[in-house]
Amino acid sequence: MAFVAIADRDHEIEHHDPQTFITKYVWSQDHKVIAIQYGGTAIFVGVIALVLSAMMRLQLGFPDSFSFITPENYYQFVTMHGMIMVIYLLTALFLGGFGNYLIPLMCGSRDMVFPYMNMLSYWVYLLSVIILVISFFVPGGATGAGWTLYPPQAIMSGTPGVDWGIVLMLASLGVFIVAFTMGGLNYVTTVLQARCRGMTLMRMPLSVWGIFMATVLGLLAFPALLVAAIMMLLDKTIHTSFFMPAISSMGGDPGYVGGSPILFQHLFWFFGHPEVYIVALPAFGIVSDLLSTHARKNIFGYRMMVWAIIAIGGLSFIVWAHHMYVSGMNPYFGFFFATTTLIIAVPTAIKVYNWVLTLWEGNIHLRVPMLFAIGFVFTFIHGGLTGLFLGNVTIDLPLSDTYFVVAHFHMVMGVSPILVVFGAIYHWWPKITGKMYNETLGKWHFWMTFLGTYSIYLPMHYLGFQGVPRRYFAMGNTEFLPDSAQDLNAWITMSALFVAATQILFFANVIWSLTRGPKADPNPWHATTLEWQTPDTPPKHGNWGHDLPEVHRWAYDYSVPGYDDDYIPQNVPPDKAPAGRDHGVHH
Amino acid sequence: MEFILVIVAVILAGLIGWMLKQSFNTQPWVAETVGESANQAPLGASAKVVGLTTLLAVITSFFALIVSAYALRMDFGDWIPLAEPRLLWINTILLMLASVVFQWTRNAAVRDEASRLKPGLILTGVLTIAFIAGQLIAWRQLGAAGQYISSNPANGFFYLLTGVHALHIIGGMYVWARATLRVTGGAAAAAVRESIELCTVYWHFLLLVWLFLFGMLLST
Repeated sequence: MAFVAIADRDHEIEHHDPQTFITKYVWSQDHKVIAIQYGGTAIFVGVIALVLSAMMRLQLGFPDSFSFITPENYYQFVTMHGMIMVIYLLTALFLGGFGNYLIPLMCGSRDMVFPYMNMLSYWVYLLSVIILVISFFVPGGATGAGWTLYPPQAIMSGTPGVDWGIVLMLASLGVFIVAFTMGGLNYVTTVLQARCRGMTLMRMPLSVWGIFMATVLGLLAFPALLVAAIMMLLDKTIHTSFFMPAISSMGGDPGYVGGSPILFQHLFWFFGHPEVYIVALPAFGIVSDLLSTHARKNIFGYRMMVWAIIAIGGLSFIVWAHHMYVSGMNPYFGFFFATTTLIIAVPTAIKVYNWVLTLWEGNIHLRVPMLFAIGFVFTFIHGGLTGLFLGNVTIDLPLSDTYFVVAHFHMVMGVSPILVVFGAIYHWWPKITGKMYNETLGKWHFWMTFLGTYSIYLPMHYLGFQGVPRRYFAMGNTEFLPDSAQDLNAWITMSALFVAATQILFFANVIWSLTRGPKADPNPWHATTLEWQTPDTPPKHGNWGHDLPEVHRWAYDYSVPGYDDDYIPQNVPPDKAPAGRDHGVHH
Repeated sequence: MEFILVIVAVILAGLIGWMLKQSFNTQPWVAETVGESANQAPLGASAKVVGLTTLLAVITSFFALIVSAYALRMDFGDWIPLAEPRLLWINTILLMLASVVFQWTRNAAVRDEASRLKPGLILTGVLTIAFIAGQLIAWRQLGAAGQYISSNPANGFFYLLTGVHALHIIGGMYVWARATLRVTGGAAAAAVRESIELCTVYWHFLLLVWLFLFGMLLST
């Protein structure tokens, strides 16, 4: 009855089979090519943002030693580093990259339901990246307003990039949101509409659940950023007063009347907090699948994991003002938002327990993806626990403007998702490219990155407790700080440079694998999910050859008692499982 | 921000309620041959319908956020209300007529009455363009009275809301124009039926948004 949509797709696929190099690899409508385009572009801008952070650290660790880092440059580095990492790297990579690659393959579809719009989504995203990069080269340079772009300072003279940088930043965000919406409509509709026969919602791998819920959050929350960007653009260009109060600037009157800077903060964080989970939920989903596959055990509490993802998604809309405790809000609001913030820790903690319980007595294979997944559990617990501190108003007020906050959010939404990104790339690399990577290089990459990031962010918490202020170009006359604070800063800088340099191992591995990597087995991890059961590796256009797969079981039939193999793929019927058992419950 | 919270709660409640039905009492770990379970079917609608519904949820969130910002800003105590031009009433009637004619055209498409599609689509377009022109004239009337977008926050919100609403209609007119070109090029009713149906839903939706915005602007 309801499989009409799938039949339609079969018909359509035959008609837009790519013929030339251009339609196959450039103007491609194939979700796998679009995923690689998204991923490559996101990693490219991510490297720019990584270099920016190294420059910031040079200044902080060794103040006044580098003449090319002025206070203006420093603020530009901070702003662009934050914005690129959160939006143009993590959001684009998890949803545009992994979302595009995994949704159709894991759901057993031939492609996204609107392939043309999917292609358009990438090219519009690329446009937003180009606008962003151009802003480095316009007169005055990129904006230095801080990644939160708070008015009034964001668009007043004195802030770097106030003439062109901020305009291009806001325009780029608007274009990005259009691109995301086109992609997001595809991801949601494909999950709802184009799953193969037998793929019930409750049989979907958790990766798909995480990406799906993150997309729903993005579709509802990104409009808040769009509204804020449009209003600020109008304030900047035609002098409306949405966010700009009557104010004097440099002894003159810029002509604003009656706007509200707090209004911007509400809009920004109404987007900004769900954004944390737009990045985190795909990471949660992917890490669940990595842990289960490489521990050869079914995920502990599958239904609980699904409902925790949904609960976190819903709750993420009512915690935004915990970013605004220092804005002078009504204390009752602070109480409300502190309470909701602590409540959201419950489903999150459930997920962490379930990951650990999945590992418990598992047949753990410490391959590179598994190392990154376990590393994530560590860094996420660490960053999550400091979040419980900062969620309380009375603790947040003194710590809000210190490096404690920088350490917290880098641990929880910088390092943790990036570890999952690497884990996921190593995990799906054999399927994406058909080649194996170098295991030794990968392990070195993991250990140096994992230990290196701890060496950056663990000491940073102590700097925060000491009261080292964040956002400062130089510490200045801060007599309450011991001299050792600067020594620690130098250490953190050394560690940061070390971790940044270590990433060369990853790119070296990519090149090694593409040039001399051995041919990969179609299912090297003996995984159950559908993307490993394709007739070709890497999968061809249309993914499944002549017949779509049919799904008979969930994605976590690992080490099922009574079977020869320690995994049963999702498309194996009950009567054809290796030990030839009859229908029935396996546990 | 209460308004957007209510909207998000309603959208998420719909989604979560549906997912509850899918997951209630299921035992994901049980393997079955395809067709044994009642929960194996995707939604009983076409992909385009699901896509449009999702898009409408996104647009709802977009407008709800501006309305929330409007309400938040109004509460600050120094609000200077704007007297909306009377012309907006006429514009509203034009947009309602456009919706009515579009619905009539849609019904014709469903009943396979190809001869009615061309006049219906063209009349819809004329009425819709008249609405947008009317909105522009209303802007000019305000400007002539010295009420510019930058004069005060209430003015800013008025121009912003009417502007982004008109932009959404113009976006819809791209799909309308494609359908109209196909009809004038001799396409059969069945071939354009789905795009006309979806376009009609979009028009009704933007009419509802406008009626809400107009009521809010008049009453504040």
